[in-house]
Amino acid sequence: MLRDGARLRRGLDQSVQPQGRRLNGWTLLAYVLLTLGAVIMVFPFAWMLISSFKDAREVLSPAILPSEWTLANYIEVLTRTAFPRWFLNSLIVAVLNTTSVLFFCALVGYVLARMRFPGKNIIFIAILSTLMVPTEMLVIPWFVMSVQFNWVDTYWGLLFPGLIPGFGVFLMRQFFQTLPRDLFDAGRIDGVSEFGLFLRIGLPLVGPGLAALGIFAFIGNWNAFLWPLIVVQSASMRTVPVGIALFSGEAGAAWHLIMATSALAIIPVLLVFIIFQRQIIEGVVLTGVKG
Amino acid sequence: MSVKQPIRPSRSRLSLTQREAVYAYVFLAVPLLFFAVIRFYPAIQSLRLSTFTWHVDPARRTFIGLQYYEELLRNDVFHQALINTLLYAVITVPVSIALGLGIAILLQAVAKGRGVFRAIYFAPYITPAVAIAWVWGWMYNVNFGIFNRIIIEWWEFVERIGLPWLAIEPQRFLRDPEVALPAVAVVIIWQQLGFQVVIFLAGLQGIPRVYYEAARIDGANPWQLFRHITFPLLNPVLVFATVITTINALQLFDQIVNINFTNQGGPLNRTLSIALYMYQEAFGRARMGYAAAVTVVLFLIILIITLIQLRLTQRRVEY
Repeated sequence: MLRDGARLRRGLDQSVQPQGRRLNGWTLLAYVLLTLGAVIMVFPFAWMLISSFKDAREVLSPAILPSEWTLANYIEVLTRTAFPRWFLNSLIVAVLNTTSVLFFCALVGYVLARMRFPGKNIIFIAILSTLMVPTEMLVIPWFVMSVQFNWVDTYWGLLFPGLIPGFGVFLMRQFFQTLPRDLFDAGRIDGVSEFGLFLRIGLPLVGPGLAALGIFAFIGNWNAFLWPLIVVQSASMRTVPVGIALFSGEAGAAWHLIMATSALAIIPVLLVFIIFQRQIIEGVVLTGVKG
Repeated sequence: MSVKQPIRPSRSRLSLTQREAVYAYVFLAVPLLFFAVIRFYPAIQSLRLSTFTWHVDPARRTFIGLQYYEELLRNDVFHQALINTLLYAVITVPVSIALGLGIAILLQAVAKGRGVFRAIYFAPYITPAVAIAWVWGWMYNVNFGIFNRIIIEWWEFVERIGLPWLAIEPQRFLRDPEVALPAVAVVIIWQQLGFQVVIFLAGLQGIPRVYYEAARIDGANPWQLFRHITFPLLNPVLVFATVITTINALQLFDQIVNINFTNQGGPLNRTLSIALYMYQEAFGRARMGYAAAVTVVLFLIILIITLIQLRLTQRRVEY
């Protein structure tokens, strides 16, 4: 049987041989189209970088490349604005938020997937239903709350809306559900505590899920704009997106500075992407397939 | 407390399940509090606020019923925002899905460099939309932007070679009420294309090769392969991509604010989205109640569109 299959396949390969040459033409066409598309994808980044190395006069001139590549714009942005502070704020918020997302989404996902208790389905459906509510519908009450409790202009104010996203709970539940039941029964018999079952038996086995969730929480936070724009009022509490938006808004036609600012916001993300490319893309696939 | 031998096993099993339930609720205590206070209460609060005039002091808000919703029915700016938002969805969703599927199919056809191409197409998806919008705003700049420079270079080139009818007029892009919305839609498509490419490519790779081989033996042409194997088997991924990108399009905010910062939503409100309109009313004009009504409408639109899409696309899975 197996041999027949192999022969059939070999036969197939031979039969597509003439087509194979034509396929090479198709492959060449695919490469041409893909390269063309890639140029379009890269172009805005390239133009941003090129513009950011020009001086105030040259950025408005028809010349494509700067006659003299200068870092002056970057130095000016870094010294004139509180960019380092915005960066620190974004980092603090993203790290704290990601930590909370990972811990709580995993915990809730675990409880919903592996523990038996009354009301489980209602709780799961309730958490799922929060996915249907757009952020826009929540920001006004969040702001009213923040004013009431003095959360405006604080890290907590920036953090609290995203501490436990329903999507993360859903994702982690899916992962915990795939684990074999025996594993946890064995742990129980060995006298592992309920929290120990989650922490020492469940958690180490959902690494890919945690990686995907952590990366998305971090990037989502790093790029967030609507809520930070609302809850931040002083210049010192701005995150990177809010900072660059308001600075660029004030910069008027100083496109050389605006492009340097944009580059400062984009380059760290691109660097992280290049390093963790595989994990990030696998994370998208994982959440795309699971979600 | 004395324990009788015969009932001991059943008693201890019962207490084990009880124990598990108690632990479950202990673990869920903080998350449930979070969901109740930060997710459910605000959603209901938005509904409530939309029926009251706004005042910082709750005691001084007056109940006005559905007046704000009646105002929404009459308000031209809201209508424009609504039309724009639907246009964003109608333009960006099909185009980015078609392009994404096309690129994914091309990627599957090439062996070398697939990873590099995939990374290049995906990169914009994770970069901050705020910065991206400023970069495109600069490229669209009427007097100094690269697009108009290319158009003028092209014009001069075709004049020189004697084919002036190939020339294109310089555009006003974000300042032209007719062109501004499509110009913004291009940015949205450019930024989210990589997401489609990645999930479609994964979907394509999940389709067993034997299906194609079997169909080819039966003499199917490439279009039939796509129509009868690729498309139906990719359907769940297509549904997912459609729902996600539609919801994203309905919530556009970051790009709209930043691409035209000095005239947000302009020109003539032609790029205004529902989310930006809500923001302007709530935080620019302090009309919290009215803005809350806007968000309730947005919620209903997202709900209805999601339900319709899930219905329609689930039916198509049948064949």
